[in-house]
Amino acid sequence: MTAMLELRRVSKVYGSGPSRVQALCEVDLTVDGGELVAVMGPSGSGKSTLLTIAGSLEELSAGEVLVDGSALAGMTRNQRARLRRRLIGYVFQDFNLLAGLTAVENVALPLELDGLGQHAARAAGVAALDELGLADQADRFPDELSGGERQRIAIARAVVGDRRLLLADEPTGALDSVNGEAVMRLLRAACKRGVAGVVVTHDAQLASWADRVVFLRDGRAVDQTARPPGPESLLAPRPGR
Amino acid sequence: MSVRHALLALLSEGPKYGLQLRQEFESRTGEVWPLNVGQVYTTLQRLERDGLVESDDPEGDGPQKGFRITPTGGRELAEWLRTPPDTVAPPRDELVIKVLVALPVPGVDVHEVIQVHRRHLVELMQHYTHVKAEASDRDVGLALVVDAELFRLEAVVRWLDAADARLTSLPAASPVATSAAPARRHRLEVRP
Repeated sequence: MTAMLELRRVSKVYGSGPSRVQALCEVDLTVDGGELVAVMGPSGSGKSTLLTIAGSLEELSAGEVLVDGSALAGMTRNQRARLRRRLIGYVFQDFNLLAGLTAVENVALPLELDGLGQHAARAAGVAALDELGLADQADRFPDELSGGERQRIAIARAVVGDRRLLLADEPTGALDSVNGEAVMRLLRAACKRGVAGVVVTHDAQLASWADRVVFLRDGRAVDQTARPPGPESLLAPRPGR
Repeated sequence: MSVRHALLALLSEGPKYGLQLRQEFESRTGEVWPLNVGQVYTTLQRLERDGLVESDDPEGDGPQKGFRITPTGGRELAEWLRTPPDTVAPPRDELVIKVLVALPVPGVDVHEVIQVHRRHLVELMQHYTHVKAEASDRDVGLALVVDAELFRLEAVVRWLDAADARLTSLPAASPVATSAAPARRHRLEVRP
């Protein structure tokens, strides 16, 4: 099976001389479809850089990034932009919805930008909202929605059409714990349907929704959790006890 | 956790049998704290002795014996619900001690020690989150118990993160010199 996202010995350096900063150092990361991976680390550990490099929004200094088996290095700028529009969805802490568009228009927008007709894009937008249980909010504007509802719309936008890689940067950072949990349930549900998800965070509660947690420190992936036990062992004694 | 007061709370809803109390206790606490029948009956006997519950047959025994809460038991329950738990003195925390002890040990990287514990705690949190994610929305007891454990574990992870950052920011030449006594030490009383 081809991994949806693969980072091979990825390094990123900003600046040079005395102002040189090594943001990432030889990071390896593989995420399969259907898997939700959290990258956890303190501020300045390289989490956001890792996410922007994985989403081809930033150049790397060394190493290789493959999305759905294709190396980004071999692509032209236009090919990369096309791959971003078609395959990759982004979720940010501050939602980034366009205020003048309804929920479904926001969700359909990436498809329209990619050349899909308005009706087809809207139908796909409605389908994405419906899949995530948000169909009743389709015609509401962002300022009519709560923070939690806005972030759920942003997740629908991130997985609309055939997007198969979802990249989220502190997606619950602006939400209380109840709304944060609802957002993570939705992200988890999207991944259960086959999307590969990467969430970067400093928050252990958010990270605990992931199938696997990778720990980043000073730009290096220093550790990761084992896969959590399946449902059959939920009533078994807790690990380490 | 007070089994005694949990049983009083269940009896405040109306008279119940011992076995029924055990089942309701377990289901309402998300089946996280299993309770054996012997423990239930021993506790009920003590509650009866103290006048906090009464049975329909004080001389009788066995599963068909019903219990109800007394007015004294009701007052005891109301007072217990509003009494803060013992959180005044910090507990003697094994993890804090491990990190403190690791500091001066030659060849031990305290950041690596911290990371081992951080990973273990996050794995535990994944376990609990997985339990919550798979549970029915209506299982409120389970969600409350799991949330309590998640918030507790999260607090420990945050302490590790803070400790990690605090130790990183120390100048290289000044490891935490446990021998260099500060001019004045503050003492924290801890629970044994």
